[in-house]
Amino acid sequence: MTGSPQPAEVPLLEVDDLRTAFPIRSGILHRRTGEVQAVAGVSLEVGPGETLGLVGESGCGKSTLARTLVGLVPASGGSVRFDGRDVLGLRGAQRRAFRRDVQMIFQDPFASLNPRMTVGELVTEAWEVHPGLVAPGDREAELYRLLNQVGLDPGAAGRYPHQFSGGQRQRISIARALAVRPRLLVCDEAVSALDVSIQGQILNLLTRLQAELGVSYLFISHDLAVIRHISDRVAVMYLGRIVESGTRAQVFGNPSHPYTQALLSAAPVVKPWEHEGRVVLPLEGDLPSPADPPSGCRFRTRCPIATARCAEEEPELVVHGDHETACHFAGNAAQVLQGAG
Amino acid sequence: MLPADSAPSADLLAVEDLTVEFRSADGDVRVVDGVSLRVGEGETLAVLGESGSGKSVSSLAVLGLLPRPAGRVVGGSIRFRGTELTAVDERVLRELRGERMAMIFQDPQTALNPVMTVGAQIGEAARRRRGLSRRAAREKAIEMMRLVRIPDAERRVDDYPHQFSGGMRQRVVIAMALALDPELVIADEPTTALDVTVQQQIMSLLGELQRSRGVGLVLISHDLGVVAGAADRVVVMYAGRVVESGPLRPVYDRPAHPYTVGLMRSVPETDGAEPLVPIPGSPPSPGRLPDGCAFHPRCAMATDRCRVEVPVLRPVEDGRASACHYAEEVQRDGVPAAG
Repeated sequence: MTGSPQPAEVPLLEVDDLRTAFPIRSGILHRRTGEVQAVAGVSLEVGPGETLGLVGESGCGKSTLARTLVGLVPASGGSVRFDGRDVLGLRGAQRRAFRRDVQMIFQDPFASLNPRMTVGELVTEAWEVHPGLVAPGDREAELYRLLNQVGLDPGAAGRYPHQFSGGQRQRISIARALAVRPRLLVCDEAVSALDVSIQGQILNLLTRLQAELGVSYLFISHDLAVIRHISDRVAVMYLGRIVESGTRAQVFGNPSHPYTQALLSAAPVVKPWEHEGRVVLPLEGDLPSPADPPSGCRFRTRCPIATARCAEEEPELVVHGDHETACHFAGNAAQVLQGAG
Repeated sequence: MLPADSAPSADLLAVEDLTVEFRSADGDVRVVDGVSLRVGEGETLAVLGESGSGKSVSSLAVLGLLPRPAGRVVGGSIRFRGTELTAVDERVLRELRGERMAMIFQDPQTALNPVMTVGAQIGEAARRRRGLSRRAAREKAIEMMRLVRIPDAERRVDDYPHQFSGGMRQRVVIAMALALDPELVIADEPTTALDVTVQQQIMSLLGELQRSRGVGLVLISHDLGVVAGAADRVVVMYAGRVVESGPLRPVYDRPAHPYTVGLMRSVPETDGAEPLVPIPGSPPSPGRLPDGCAFHPRCAMATDRCRVEVPVLRPVEDGRASACHYAEEVQRDGVPAAG
């Protein structure tokens, strides 16, 4: 279950120094007066059949990163390679092929499904755009196979999204995404809006589909427990940058960035009495504005162990111990924090 | 019928057999059906449930805030310090609501008036109810902002809600709720819209204030972890009914209702990679409840009896209650995983 320390040899998705900037405009002339770097130089890889969990709090840029990857938002720098090919500049047929290979699942299935289309129409819609995918004579059988695969009964095909519960709607979104036989699913808070009992069903469904189809996931969530459950490798994002990345066991078992440590310590546990000695490391203050990030390390304004060096020098995401951390004091952060807490 | 509750002190709030219906195109729909719960002074009671369980509607009914005319209390009693709230008129209720009972909602954005400074909003109740002057109300607001640890309160008192982050806004809402020293606070998913680290700050602040001021707190939540960190006792709701209640730890350690067992197995934990065994199916919609036990179509233990006979909430052991025909077996042996 635990992924190898390094991603598979040929990554399916390779993101290198990706940047996404939004202009800040002001005044009556709507002049461009600055920019917000929502994604400020992110590098990551997802291997075939692998799940990379991307965890971070609101405003960290994780959704913008997802949208940039799939081409919904233009990148302002860096590169995205899919299957070895640079995809940011793709046009025409090649772009369509990439858009088929990479599908996205959103948080709110209701907002992402056209309410006037039946489930059958929603799932098969993409076959009009990619007619070669499923021969017209096979489409009905393929539709029922997909519905069955995601745990919906065949009767669902003739009904409309509003006739389904949130969990069922998320199954519809997944069937719709799978209809084009993608190789990577980008799941953006895909289970966050669901009730507890339903969330588990969808997580199990995603796990089973990966085993059956070998599809890769970039799984984005603010929920640490969900990330831990589903990921082979984990990347932690803060204010537009990855601050720590490694296998699930490395990041959760031996978190070495102070932000990861604070995040893990703040996550509520179901039975606190089974975790004697659990220390919550309080994180003071609020997320700084991405329009005006702190100098040096972006986390330093809230970091309990920040020094003068942290204000001057931005730490690189490099290997400390057994995995990558962007902290000048990654090696000894744990002890320092324990002293502080 | 009533669970043998062991509230640590006198009941602040006692809800008995509360039944709420909503008018809809398909006729009257019963969304809360015979709910009983009690909260003592200085106690935190969690109401745990998923969407549609009736947990929020129950609390709105307590405060007399059901949307009119669609929603109404059709049965049962709500007593606050002995006063029957279902019998008093709106004026009395409004007075109680401002002074002695307060509510904290999930989304601070909608709870706050965007065109009023936070100071004016926090001080408003004190001005209106305690006759404080504008200046005194402003001082009171600053004091409350300090209490909820909003940094730089003197300066920020004149800021507007949009100038605060989500976490700071929720602090403002808490300051408003506590401004008149209420005896009872109902917090409906107070941290659901917030990030993990902010959630932790808000929950520890709420707990601290609740203890230091001896407030009775009803915490409505879907989050097992948040409830575990705050509650003395817990009431688990499903499809408009209480299915289990009791002191927190025994309920979590040895649930006496298959639904509670299912919830515990559905959630991933940050420190364990146990396989998830989610509850199959979906919760029923109110008005379309299955016969017998509303949970039976999703229950691995369901028998013919469950399909016809609605289980009553009955005492099981020390202060606990369960609405399952097989509560003792569930408690002793657990529930087999559904296939």
